Amino acid sequence: MSRLRVLVVGAGVVGASLARVLSRYENFEVTLVEKEPDVGWGVSKANTSIIHPCHEEDPSQHPLRARLCLEGNRAWRRWVRELDIPSTWPGEIIVYTTPEEEREALKYVKLAEANGVEGVRAIDKNELKTLEPSVSPEAVGGVYAPTAGLISPFEAVVAIVENAVDNGVRLLVETEVLDVKTRGGRVVGVETNRGFLEADLVVNAAGLQADSISHKAGVERDFYITPRKGQYVLFDEDVPVKPGKILHTTPTPKTKGLYAIVTVHGNLMLGPTAEDLPRDAREDFSTTAEGVDSILREARRLLREVPGRDRIIRVFAGLRPEPPGGAWLIKAYQEPWGFVNAAGIRSPGLTAAPAIAEYILSLISREYDVKLVEKKGWRPFRRGITRIKGRSMEEVDELVRSNPDYGEVVCYCKMVSKAEVLEAIERMRKIGVKTITLDGLKFRTYVGFGKCQGSFCRPRIAGIVSEAVGVPLKDVVVKKAAYGVGDVKSLWRGGV
Amino acid sequence: MTAVRELVCIMCPASCTLRVNVNGGGLRVEGNRCPRGVEYARQEVVKPLRRVMSVVKARNGDLPTLSVITRDPVPKECIWLVMEKLASLEVEAPVEIGGVILRDVCGTDIVATRRVRRAATSV
Amino acid sequence: MRLLDYDVLVIGGGPAGIAAAVKASELGLKTLLVENRERLGGIPLQCIHPGFGLHYFHEDLTGGEFVERLIGRLERAGVEYLVRAYVSGIKYNSRLEKVADVITRSGVMRVRARAIIYAAGARERHLFEIGVYGDRPDGVYTAGEAQTLMDLYGVLPGREVVIVGSGDVGLIMARRFALEKAVVRAVVEILPYPGGLMRNVQQCLRDFNIPLLLGHTVLRVVGRRRVEKVVVARVDESLKPVPGSEFEIPCDTVIVAAGLRPYIEPLLAMGVEVDESTRGPVVNELLETSVPGVFAAGNALLINDLVDYAVEQGELAAEGARVFIENKGVTGGRWVRVEKGRNIRLVVPHYVSGERSVVFYARVQKPESDVFFEVPEAGFRLFNYGVRPPEMIRAFIREDKMRALAGRGSITVRVVPR
Repeated sequence: MSRLRVLVVGAGVVGASLARVLSRYENFEVTLVEKEPDVGWGVSKANTSIIHPCHEEDPSQHPLRARLCLEGNRAWRRWVRELDIPSTWPGEIIVYTTPEEEREALKYVKLAEANGVEGVRAIDKNELKTLEPSVSPEAVGGVYAPTAGLISPFEAVVAIVENAVDNGVRLLVETEVLDVKTRGGRVVGVETNRGFLEADLVVNAAGLQADSISHKAGVERDFYITPRKGQYVLFDEDVPVKPGKILHTTPTPKTKGLYAIVTVHGNLMLGPTAEDLPRDAREDFSTTAEGVDSILREARRLLREVPGRDRIIRVFAGLRPEPPGGAWLIKAYQEPWGFVNAAGIRSPGLTAAPAIAEYILSLISREYDVKLVEKKGWRPFRRGITRIKGRSMEEVDELVRSNPDYGEVVCYCKMVSKAEVLEAIERMRKIGVKTITLDGLKFRTYVGFGKCQGSFCRPRIAGIVSEAVGVPLKDVVVKKAAYGVGDVKSLWRGGV
Repeated sequence: MTAVRELVCIMCPASCTLRVNVNGGGLRVEGNRCPRGVEYARQEVVKPLRRVMSVVKARNGDLPTLSVITRDPVPKECIWLVMEKLASLEVEAPVEIGGVILRDVCGTDIVATRRVRRAATSV
Repeated sequence: MRLLDYDVLVIGGGPAGIAAAVKASELGLKTLLVENRERLGGIPLQCIHPGFGLHYFHEDLTGGEFVERLIGRLERAGVEYLVRAYVSGIKYNSRLEKVADVITRSGVMRVRARAIIYAAGARERHLFEIGVYGDRPDGVYTAGEAQTLMDLYGVLPGREVVIVGSGDVGLIMARRFALEKAVVRAVVEILPYPGGLMRNVQQCLRDFNIPLLLGHTVLRVVGRRRVEKVVVARVDESLKPVPGSEFEIPCDTVIVAAGLRPYIEPLLAMGVEVDESTRGPVVNELLETSVPGVFAAGNALLINDLVDYAVEQGELAAEGARVFIENKGVTGGRWVRVEKGRNIRLVVPHYVSGERSVVFYARVQKPESDVFFEVPEAGFRLFNYGVRPPEMIRAFIREDKMRALAGRGSITVRVVPR
């Protein structure tokens, strides 16, 4: 059988999920292309991390979103097990504080029925207080949806990509698609900053750049993405009040509302804001005092106690790729033959990702007449990095005896051992990451995610990278730039 | 003609604010909590001195740098000369504290302020 | 898993911990010192400037020289210590039994100790804690991190620097950068007075013509891959940015010198009472926390400006451990609460017994000249030409004066004009 060469543009959660799904079949030779040095650095890295129950999706307005959301919610339960992705399934409560909000919130009970979401029901003030003791006294009731979950989105992307690569997918990082090439009405490949890559099928999962990629292929010239910024505030694990369930304010037509969650790592997180940016502001990840203020203010409607500003350990912003009218553009084209769009994947994109991948597979199979043949020996499982934190001391002792690097704790805030850092470096290399960045390590091992935010451990971690990779300490890359600009005497010697 | 200069004494962390009266031929100091302050004020007004510290590259040591300092304070104008002399200096481990790294720079020696042991394997 | 027994477990091998271990050993207590990093010495290892040991050794030493002396004593005293050892948690089993699991490269050791001296130091405040927003480019370092890079590893963090906060570490680093020919565009300080010692303002900023922008704040950092500039504004008396006063400072490096906080996670897990003004544990005169037999010293107790004080606290804690072990507790009698009086922002210890001499460590709220630091109930007063928040006041009150306090519910520590 001649295999179809599939090039997936963008190693975010959608692109990675698709690569994994395609890797199950003999029919495809998959290359996943990513412009950043590592996977999941775009939209997938900075979002609310929620696997939505999907009772907020209106099937009459967005039938595809509603359906794939629900399928995705179900699929993640299997994926997190197969791929060893940290997750929690606390359920979610839409909290209302006024009669108008109550009316809005109750609509979601009806939508839940329409969508087939299980267990969604209205709860009164008493039941709300019992279900969620941390809730704000302003709350007068809520809508409870038990099937909501939380994952670690960047770990999820890493896990999916590791599994995809294990099953034959090739990852090319630091590779930016500059143009989509067609000949005779068919896709022939893409032009990148690293040369031309041949392909029979090109799937556009390029997140914030998806409109531009689509235009390069000559389709959907009126389709434009509006970057919608969402700022988040992250606190440390030891704040006095942490919600057991996902809490959120009643959604408005514009935004899904503000959330209060406890991440899978135990941190209280509040957000997002919803700020539409000018179309060309695709790289504006700046946080603002106003954004933080509005988050802390809104949060009082959710939590009975919001921690003070000085308990903030991180403020960050993500950009959501808002499509016109909120409709996902998922389509396999005949002209040019072989080009597939998965564009404008706004919320519930993370939730639906595994289902979007299956859907695209079905589109490819149908539109391009591919008779799918399952790969024998496809490996569904992937184990995460072995961590010492959370294990019994007896287990840690055994691990150390097998490898002394487990006994050297290099990040005390998060109790991460040298062995974990080295394993993360190895895994990065294995999937094809060329530049080992401290950020990439942070996402895989949590070094620098704690109270000190890396101020104490960064030199040590960078030292480990320096030694393992063979670059001088000053040249270790943090995120996009080197840790140091030169030797301490470089300005004296004039050779910076 | 009197001129009053206000200085912060740097002889110890008490950091007394000194008021120095430069009066024709003489000098009067107020605000000091100990005699060192008077000495410092005099020096600072007539010929300010500073100790200069930096690091130099250490070869084959358990750390890549050796910290050094001028044994005695040097005239303020000399700070840059000291730094210039240190710019391309490299030392070979091991080095003991107090070891002389460079002799006679601006009237004093530059000495090691860290113990750098020879590394087990070359660094 | 090995199980080991000691009288005292000292956590943290910086100056306070080393001094505590030496003292405990000299007092005849079987002691183990554990340190997480590859070598003993703590922060002073990377401090190449003098100012260490003026009180303790009566010499003006650099940080490295100071700790080398302490380490020498530790080794001559034959005290057992471990490096690359991480204490993963302390359990309080009973008054004379605390258990700590220590993870090392050769396995996990369960250490049973009758007393614990926690001297694991402090962490630096980072950009997010001080409300600086904007982009999050590379090129942002805390002052201590920059110091580690430059003065241990010989790496230059950047070429054009803005320093946020005028604490001592920031001032010291301003000079370091300047000496290595980097351009220090400004030190930005939100308060109307500097956060560090005046001698450092003189030697580190004035000597190098580095602008000190008092009453200013950094609003945000701007940069795509690396820092490109910061936006600064003036603040009003309530420390809020004055609209319209913003201006930009181009730079490629931001150094955050916004202060230290005691790192006490393992103590919090044990449920120690915390003093919000020091952010460290509440302690009695022997530096025992609210958990019996668990002591704190050094920057883990409160942020010290002088290493000499950290060392003194380590030794005091060791004495406390001895008293605790010998008597199965520190003091009979009733504890007298120490209240903060006029112009006192923080004071340690929080409880005294009246049975022994006490060393008070305190900081004022506002700068004042010509004052007395006093504890009226003990008939104690100490004259000071000028007190400033960044300069810790240390006062030793003799046992005979302290005895006058026994029976009182509380005493007051305060600063009054002469």
